[in-house]
Amino acid sequence: MGEKFFGKPIKRKEDPRFITGAGNYVDDITLQRQSYVAMVRSPHAHATIKSINVDKAKAHPGVIDVILGQEMLDAGIGSIPVGWLLDGLKTPPHYAITVDKARHQGEIVAAVIAEDSYTAEDAADLVEVVYDVHSAVANPAKALEGGAPQVHSDAPGNVTFNWQIGDKAATDAAFASAAKTVKLDLRNNRLIPNAIEPRASLADYNRGTQEYTLYTTSQNPHVHRLIIAAFVMGIPENKLRVISPDVGGGFGSKIFQYPEEIIVLYASKKHKRPVKWNAKRSESFLTDSHGRDHVTTAELAVDANANITGLRVKTAANMGAYLTLFAPAVPTYLYGTLLAGTYRTPNIHCEVTGVFTHTTPVDAYRGAGRPEATYLLERIVSYMAQELKMDPAEFRKKNFIGPDQFPYQTPVALAYDSGNYVPALEKALAMANYTKLRADQAEGRKNGRYIGIGFSTYLEACGLAPSAVVGSLGAQAGQWESSLVRVAPTGKVEVFTGSHSHGQGHETAFAQIVADRLGVTMEDVEIVHGDTAKMPYGWGTYGSRSGPVGTSAIVKAVEKVVNKGQKIAAHLLEAREEDLEFLEGKYQVKGSPDKAVSFGDIALQAHLAHNYPADLEPGLEASAFYDPANFVYPFGTHIAVVEVFPDTGKVEILRYIAVDDCGPQINPLIVQGQVHGGIAQGAAQALFENALYDDNAQLLSSSFMEYALPRADSLPSFEIDHTITPSPHNPLGVKGIGEAGCIASTAAVANAVNDALEPFGIRHLDMPLSPPRIWKAIQDAVPAQAAD
Amino acid sequence: MYPAKFTYHAPWSVEEAITLMNENEDSKLIAGGHSLLPTMKMRLATPAHLIDMKNLRSLLSYIHDKGDHIAIGSLTTYHQIESSSLVKQAAAILAQTVSEVGDMQVRNMGTLGGSIAHADPAGDPPAAILASNATMVIQSSGGERTVAASDFFQGFFETAVGAGEILKEIRVPKFSGGSSYQKFKHPASGYAVAGVAVCLTKNGGNIGGVSVSVTGVSDGAYRANGVEAALTGQAFSEALAASAAAHAIDGIDALEDPFADAAYRGQLAKTLAKRAIIAAWNNA
Repeated sequence: MGEKFFGKPIKRKEDPRFITGAGNYVDDITLQRQSYVAMVRSPHAHATIKSINVDKAKAHPGVIDVILGQEMLDAGIGSIPVGWLLDGLKTPPHYAITVDKARHQGEIVAAVIAEDSYTAEDAADLVEVVYDVHSAVANPAKALEGGAPQVHSDAPGNVTFNWQIGDKAATDAAFASAAKTVKLDLRNNRLIPNAIEPRASLADYNRGTQEYTLYTTSQNPHVHRLIIAAFVMGIPENKLRVISPDVGGGFGSKIFQYPEEIIVLYASKKHKRPVKWNAKRSESFLTDSHGRDHVTTAELAVDANANITGLRVKTAANMGAYLTLFAPAVPTYLYGTLLAGTYRTPNIHCEVTGVFTHTTPVDAYRGAGRPEATYLLERIVSYMAQELKMDPAEFRKKNFIGPDQFPYQTPVALAYDSGNYVPALEKALAMANYTKLRADQAEGRKNGRYIGIGFSTYLEACGLAPSAVVGSLGAQAGQWESSLVRVAPTGKVEVFTGSHSHGQGHETAFAQIVADRLGVTMEDVEIVHGDTAKMPYGWGTYGSRSGPVGTSAIVKAVEKVVNKGQKIAAHLLEAREEDLEFLEGKYQVKGSPDKAVSFGDIALQAHLAHNYPADLEPGLEASAFYDPANFVYPFGTHIAVVEVFPDTGKVEILRYIAVDDCGPQINPLIVQGQVHGGIAQGAAQALFENALYDDNAQLLSSSFMEYALPRADSLPSFEIDHTITPSPHNPLGVKGIGEAGCIASTAAVANAVNDALEPFGIRHLDMPLSPPRIWKAIQDAVPAQAAD
Repeated sequence: MYPAKFTYHAPWSVEEAITLMNENEDSKLIAGGHSLLPTMKMRLATPAHLIDMKNLRSLLSYIHDKGDHIAIGSLTTYHQIESSSLVKQAAAILAQTVSEVGDMQVRNMGTLGGSIAHADPAGDPPAAILASNATMVIQSSGGERTVAASDFFQGFFETAVGAGEILKEIRVPKFSGGSSYQKFKHPASGYAVAGVAVCLTKNGGNIGGVSVSVTGVSDGAYRANGVEAALTGQAFSEALAASAAAHAIDGIDALEDPFADAAYRGQLAKTLAKRAIIAAWNNA
């Protein structure tokens, strides 16, 4: 195998179509006789539906139908299921259109089908719903209090699950014998995903074949097909084709099956017409599954030598009003298992209560549980270092798992197979010129400048695997991946992958791998994804799994193609198979490069089958299903340098240094893009983004007028580099990088801001570290400490 | 984002636009549309008639040197204003302030007249209009009238422009002193959580004349008379700037929203006033 393309910063093949408006998104697809649906949504977070009058809406010119929840229930349309089960999990039904109560603002109470989208919206305003409005609760800690409004009658106390991991007795003992302990109350603020393309779905029922086609914004079309066909609508899985064409970002929010997808499918069959729904941005804010939202108490214990001896965590995780697909896994197996991080913490205990509230459901959002764990851990580690008057980098280094300790069994289930944390830290410190930075900080403080330096020496576990383990933890899914490599008679290659690209650049990165291994050009390789009628069954893209898992399936399938080609070549060259080698697109007799046949000729012969081995099937394609042996464990060090301006409380990020280790990089340009975007997203949680509910569980930050996404001018130019520690268990040694930036950066920025505020005697501020919050904290701080 | 139904008009003269307004009670003028369209898409505004001023651009989009003042047509875009050498030289506060509005796309579409007639309490341009003592020319079927900036802004989305009237021109007196607009942007909307415009003249080491206006803090932009009084005729120092700036919200009930409460807004107004005074002095 020559490596002409692997590891090269090749510009993305797909970008010209995206940046010139030539992409094909769901809303770009228009079918004959297409109709449109507008949703009537509850303006209240908690209300009983007393009556619904649809007469005026139905009489409105251009209206085809108004659909209510009871009708769909009577038609046998089921509840949208949960795909990850925990012991004792309460799973109240989640219908596409609610039949009794609205349990969060924006829940669908009726669907209006009309000839065009404007008519549908106008008629939605004419549906008269009489509500009996009840008090509501948005905060998970408040929802657990006695007397709190109840979300579901079959989930008493608003508890959907109680979960724990680690050894409680041993951890309590570690705290009892600790030289020092610290305790932090932390709020991990709720985030709204805000993919650039709003969710959209178009259903087309064919009454001739009784086949449904659903064009939808999905990160995992096969998962959509399985859940919707088998569990919600009761239709044969082979009668539902799910097409997920170009998708403009997901960040997790497009993993799940949403009510609107069920409604368009139901309405399309009922009216024998295509039905389209395209979210308004205001609907995205209210109904795309949100992320994070934890209320946590964390405690850390050290011995007299500053070795971490225990971590104790108690979290109330806000699940929103309903459990969506992966929701129970996020604050449990994707959270508690990450709490060892890069540290040799011998005793960890974590208890999580999943809490229903009258808010939008919360599920996986870029990082999914791992950012919450990393923020907690990296924040309390810095807090402890400050308490011990130790340098935060030194304290970390002292407690790192050593390079000779792998494989390393953590006290919270995960077994790290590889890692080497000091070189990444040292590299980042060198890039930061850390000694000088600290000197500058000290000098600045004398002159009224408040500079802060924050660390995050994170670890993440991605590419969940193997399937049997994931299943034993509650997943109702496998976590392997598939691919099918098909070679045409002309030697052109189509690669069908179960992974799905919604911004990741698979069409480029995957083609780099295949082109190298078949000795063809990048242009000869077409990556095909996003259509259940084309691809083998696949689990899709989330949790940074396409790099480690998706590519491994492709490598395996390509291997099979190469091996079959070798048999054909042996026949043509009249040589023994084992005497041949495949080099740069040619099968040649070892040592006699002039006795060779090209891959293109092999492809042609495989299809003609004229001059062909007698015992070999014609054709040249192979599929592979790859189930990894373990997670992969990327890690790294991020350092944020910020300045806080005390007169306004504003934070400016002066520098941001990131050294990440995702193993060998398939395409460094794409890796950098992922790291840049991830840092921006994570820093934004620390400084800007916050889904804010009022006391009636009304979403106050419900548009871009209130919800602050980071902008180019809110961030510095990032300084990034990497180390390379390959994963020992997958063919390319690659580890995921889709979420690392987002997992690491929140803590780095929050630690930096808190470090900057040290002269004011401020020990900890919650996120978002907004200017008003910081200014107030400075006002409230002891003036004597602020004076100099 | 689907606006409710409306009837669309695109008149070719100011007179025709006024007639349309008088004939159709529930009508709304649209210029650049950057304030009106978002509210229509949210169905917060549902005018039955939308009167588009796009065909009036040839009449109302201009920047003219009128000797002692600059006459700016109400449909002149922010970008035209911020890139005008005349405005930059003779009404620097306006050029700087409109350059702080939104982003380049917004400034290519948004108009000065549209912004000040809309009178968003968090808009930037009203601060410059007040600080520069501009005069507004308003036309109705009865003819033209002029309104001073101090009488123009009348509270929450309220101005002196009445029913059946169109804001035609903004007259900005030429000014050669120092000026500065200091703004704290809302992290999401980019609107001013607070913004302060200062125009001042130097008289040796003393401040001569001074005007200070504040936007984003109250239900409408206002002149901070207390700051002006504390500065006028005084010897400049940073300490003076700070003590004068402390009057930035005298007599004002500062707005509150989920991002910033009244105390924080007030603090911003004072901080920005101080910065603007110092910056204006330094470039006077």
